[in-house]
Order: sequence, then C-alpha cells, then structure tokens
Amino acid sequence: MTIVAIVCGALLSGAAILALVRAERGPSMLDRTIALDVFVTAIVGAVVLESAFSGRTDTLPLLVVLSLVAFVGSVTIARFAAVEPEGEGRVRTVEEIATEEAALRRAEDEALLDEARLEQPLPDEKEERS
Amino acid sequence: MTWTTVADVAAALCLLAGAFLAFAAGVGVVRFPDLLSRMHAGTKPQVLGLILLLMGEALRVRNLQVLGMLVLVAVFQLMTAPVAAHMVGRAGYRTGKVRSDLLEVDELTEDQVAGGAVRVSRAIVAQPVRPDDDSVVDATRDVTDVDGQDPRPA
Repeated sequence: MTIVAIVCGALLSGAAILALVRAERGPSMLDRTIALDVFVTAIVGAVVLESAFSGRTDTLPLLVVLSLVAFVGSVTIARFAAVEPEGEGRVRTVEEIATEEAALRRAEDEALLDEARLEQPLPDEKEERS
Repeated sequence: MTWTTVADVAAALCLLAGAFLAFAAGVGVVRFPDLLSRMHAGTKPQVLGLILLLMGEALRVRNLQVLGMLVLVAVFQLMTAPVAAHMVGRAGYRTGKVRSDLLEVDELTEDQVAGGAVRVSRAIVAQPVRPDDDSVVDATRDVTDVDGQDPRPA
C-alpha cells in the first residue's frame, strides 16, 4: 500500500508541475486557464489520495469547494477573454522592462516640458482673471 | 482472502490508474501544440482520472456518507467540465487562437465564410448585413485577408 501511495503521489505531483510549466509558458490567457484547471484537479487528486491512505474523511468537503472554484475561475476568464496583441502573453525579461521604462520616462519628461511651455499664460488672460 | 482485501486491491488499482491519467493530462497540456488539443488533454483524461481516484477512495473508505459526497463531486465534474471546455473553446475561436492549419475539419469557419464573414487577422468577424451601414463597417476597418487583399465589397 505504501508503494502505491508513493507512486500515485509522484504521478500527481508530476501532473501539477507540468501544469505549472504550461501556466508559465502559455502563450495566451486561455492556455493558462486550462493549465490551472489541470493543476486544481491534481490538488483534488492529492486530497483524495491522502484521505484514501490515512482513512480521514473530514477533508472531503474541500473537494466540492475546489472543483467549484476551478469551474467558476475558468468560465470567468473564458467569458472575458479578449484579442491579445502578438507577444502580449509573454513574460518580459529584465532588460526589456528597463528599456520600456526608460522610454516611458523620456515621454513623461517631454510631456512635462510641453506643459510648462503651455502654462505660461498670455498677458491678456492674466488681466481678465484678476 | 476476505472481501476487504479485494476491495483494497481494487482501490489501489483505481488510484494508480487515476493518478496515471492525471499525469497524462499534465503531459498533454505541456506538449500539445495549440489551444484546442491542450483543452482536450485538460478535460477528458482529467475527468476520467478524477473519477477513478474517487472510485478508489470510495472502495478504500467503504462508508455510505463518504460515497454520497464522492458521487456529488464526480457528478459535479461531469456537469462542469464540458461547460468550461465549451467556454474556453468558443473564446479561443473568437479571439483567433485556433490554428486552422492543425484542424482536419473546420465546419464553423466554412459556414461563416459561406454566410459572408470575413477574416480579420486570425479571428472571424461577421460581415455587416447592410454594407452601407457606416457604423458597422467602421468596426471592420482594419480588415486584411489572408493573401493581403481587402475582401470588403467595394
């Protein structure tokens, strides 16, 4: 029985790790949804396995809750799926984030300069206000 | 050899088969090339594996209340897995994540093309019913066909 428990546990943790690999890679949100579905089912399997080999039955309501959460989560994400631009779902590297932030900061500085130039009021306007 | 031993052995076999199917689902989710085949791996072997695990648990615990809870979980999985898969597949098709070069049969695209739909990048967008309706034509301004031509009626 112990050997069966070890083999089942190894298979289930392998499934969970593979699902997490897909969730990290997954080119789109929907792939990640599927991967997390598989992950939650692996967790349900682990709870079942634990209760089968220790004989405790108080963890069984967890199964109902976990399958409910998985269902609601995947349906919600699928409902609000939108067209993603190419490469949007990718996790960016540190260098890419740094260059993007530098570009953003430069744009902000230019916008501030433009604003400062525009905010110098015309003399006529000043008199009208006072 | 009493019947409890038989039940334990059957439970062990069910648990092993269920864990193996869950592992197969994990492998399929990582290795399959596109959304629909990944969804296939994530729903069908997954549900069968979970039901086998629940059967193993029921054979091992041998308790009527526990059996009721396990049947509830199994029925719930059987009811929700097709709904979730359908939602994911539909959203994937509408947002252009279905690779039509990997499909053997693609009746939905055929029907939509026959019904006058046009291709926007990889997603399908319905053609306006009245071509002179400006507001609808505006929504399909960025239309490009597969071979780079503008398929809108002149």
